[in-house]
Amino acid sequence: MKTLERPRTTAAGPPGDGTRAGKPFWTSRRRDQLAGYLFIAPQLVGTVVFVLIPLVLVVWYSFHEWNVLAGTFHSVGTDNYQKLFDDPKLPGVLQATAYFSVGLVVLNLSLALALAVLLNQKLRGSVVFRTLFFSPVVVSLVAWTIVWGFLLQKNGGINAGLDLIGVKGPNWLRSEGTSMLSAIVVQCFKNVGLNMVLFLAALQGVPRELYEAATVDGAGRWRQFWRITVPLISPTILLTSIITVVGSLQVFAQIAVLTQGGPSGSTTVLVYYLYQQAFNFHHFGYGATLSVLLFVIVLVLTVIQWQMRKKWVFHES
Amino acid sequence: MNSHRQQRTTKLAALAATGLLALTACGSGGDSGGSDDGPVSLRMTVWSGAPEHLKLLNGIADAYRKSHPEVKSIKFDVLPVENYTETLTTRMAGGKAPDLAWIFENSSLDFVSSGALKEVKDDPDVLPAAKRIWQQDGKLYAYPFSTSPFGVFVNLDMLKKSGRPSPAELIKQGKWNWDEVTKTGAAVHAKTGRTGMVIRDFDYKAWDNLATYWDGWGAEAWSADGKTCGFDKPEMIEAMTSLHKAIFDDEAMLAPGTAADFFAGEAAMTVTQMSRASLLTDKFKWDFVPLPEGPKGKYAVIGQAGIAVLAKSAHADAAAEFQAFMTNRENSAKLGAYFPQARTSQLNAATLAKSNAKLSEEQLSSVVIDGIKSGKVKPVHMGQAEIYSAVRSGLDALWKPDADVQKVLTGVCSSIKPQLEQ
Repeated sequence: MKTLERPRTTAAGPPGDGTRAGKPFWTSRRRDQLAGYLFIAPQLVGTVVFVLIPLVLVVWYSFHEWNVLAGTFHSVGTDNYQKLFDDPKLPGVLQATAYFSVGLVVLNLSLALALAVLLNQKLRGSVVFRTLFFSPVVVSLVAWTIVWGFLLQKNGGINAGLDLIGVKGPNWLRSEGTSMLSAIVVQCFKNVGLNMVLFLAALQGVPRELYEAATVDGAGRWRQFWRITVPLISPTILLTSIITVVGSLQVFAQIAVLTQGGPSGSTTVLVYYLYQQAFNFHHFGYGATLSVLLFVIVLVLTVIQWQMRKKWVFHES
Repeated sequence: MNSHRQQRTTKLAALAATGLLALTACGSGGDSGGSDDGPVSLRMTVWSGAPEHLKLLNGIADAYRKSHPEVKSIKFDVLPVENYTETLTTRMAGGKAPDLAWIFENSSLDFVSSGALKEVKDDPDVLPAAKRIWQQDGKLYAYPFSTSPFGVFVNLDMLKKSGRPSPAELIKQGKWNWDEVTKTGAAVHAKTGRTGMVIRDFDYKAWDNLATYWDGWGAEAWSADGKTCGFDKPEMIEAMTSLHKAIFDDEAMLAPGTAADFFAGEAAMTVTQMSRASLLTDKFKWDFVPLPEGPKGKYAVIGQAGIAVLAKSAHADAAAEFQAFMTNRENSAKLGAYFPQARTSQLNAATLAKSNAKLSEEQLSSVVIDGIKSGKVKPVHMGQAEIYSAVRSGLDALWKPDADVQKVLTGVCSSIKPQLEQ
């Protein structure tokens, strides 16, 4: 204790130096502040080291060309940003990204909400189903995707199942029409459990009396759902939609394992494209520029969602 | 109160120590490999994690360390073959480059021309043709560690069940050609439901493996100088039309979006290299024969890998010394068990048979030795990764039953023209 007591006297400087003579430096408030800072320090250090510094570095790299093999690194000004506008493949990549993102967000949120509403009923076996739908969330993403890769082969499990009911399944991962759809469904089933649990928690927070009052007023179940349930769980809808949109834009492993961007580039989404540019083609500078583009897209979409919340999220207007 | 303060101080100290430890952990790098003067630790990246291959490599490393006590350890890092080069270059970008690396032929020109590799000792015993893609300005930058011709492994039991003659019989009759292979593949599929022929590792993505097919028609991906696209040339269109028919009309080959492993007994024939013989079991009778003839007659295709020393290695000299030891005549004879060596002194069946228990002298002679002498290396170009991706994407349209072969191949040429002209 003495070690902390000592500065109390030594730290007290002459009048005008910011401390009052006689008052200990380590006041209770300062101790609490220090404790607070130390508690958040690991998270803060992690954020600075693994988020902020890489973010700044990515912007820095985007103004350079880095040849890993030759070990050269030189400034190219805004050339990489100009290349964004000249790149003939980029529009297709952005289109594929938008397709994946919209498809995943719509499918994931509607399925998660539907499952949550079903599991919110007092039905037998609902705990088993809840566990069943949530379990993929804790499974390794790559392992999950590899297994789905086998199931989606032309002679895989999905088509074998379809054969049993007399349906000839397509070549899911080799056809331009179905490859992106397959990637969306695989990703949706992987994470739908998380949104489902969030929706379930929100549904259980909706007061029963509101439904009873609505029933007395003659509102049917559909009307109750749209007029009571949806508005009251709208903060959770906002949260899940932001998480899902951001996650969908960052999809990589599923594409890398299932399709490698094919067939004919139809599943080359932005993160996979920037990976190709940086790590396959060794255009690290342009890869960094595509990362900056992704950051801007995610930022803009999140800000739009956040601003629009006032119009539809309960308690936010 | 005092006790309360003491508790709080202890908590604060513990927190600070935790933070410091975390920072120290973040800051500490990997194995530095020792200082220049002290003991040296060498790392080499390889793609094969097969126990037999690693045993062989570790055996050579152990022998080297006995005579070089200054080398503390030699570690072989196995990187997945699917993204071997990307993983290697990512390590280089992250400042964790190995001291030595196994490099595939498809990235040879990029590595050699970039200055990333240290010059290695040339050996006149190695065939000049085998060194071609590893040289620049008369200097050698990687030892052609594996010069492995492609051949065909055949499941003789499956052919018998299908009522088709064995390759040995067809070879005797002078009929071992792609037409007969297609007939055999179609018969296997029709009678057993299994896959007839698999061009291993192609999987409708790694298109450069198709050189083992189209070379029989005299086709090539691009001209020798790398400037002119070969996909839209008549011989390539003829070869790809034949391949398309074998896949979709005859159902003689592995279909897109399906999988069949020859070594698991799921296919009757597979085009691959000798090193895969380690995957063979006693499940079925097999043979290893040269590639079938194409309309242009006999031909051979080679897959290569080199062992190189990274110029930026902290122990480049020590690594070069180990590389020279690893690839000297004595050790290359051992390596020849799995990775054929393009050495004049070892290009005879009797020598190769000593280290190849699984293959007969006849198989080694007809596939390996003849293949090394006359084979053509798979397509290699500067900026290969970008070209590879563009061709793969362009060829995707070909792997449909109703594809217009000529149109697709013309499109492939349009997409890689800018890169070829660079």
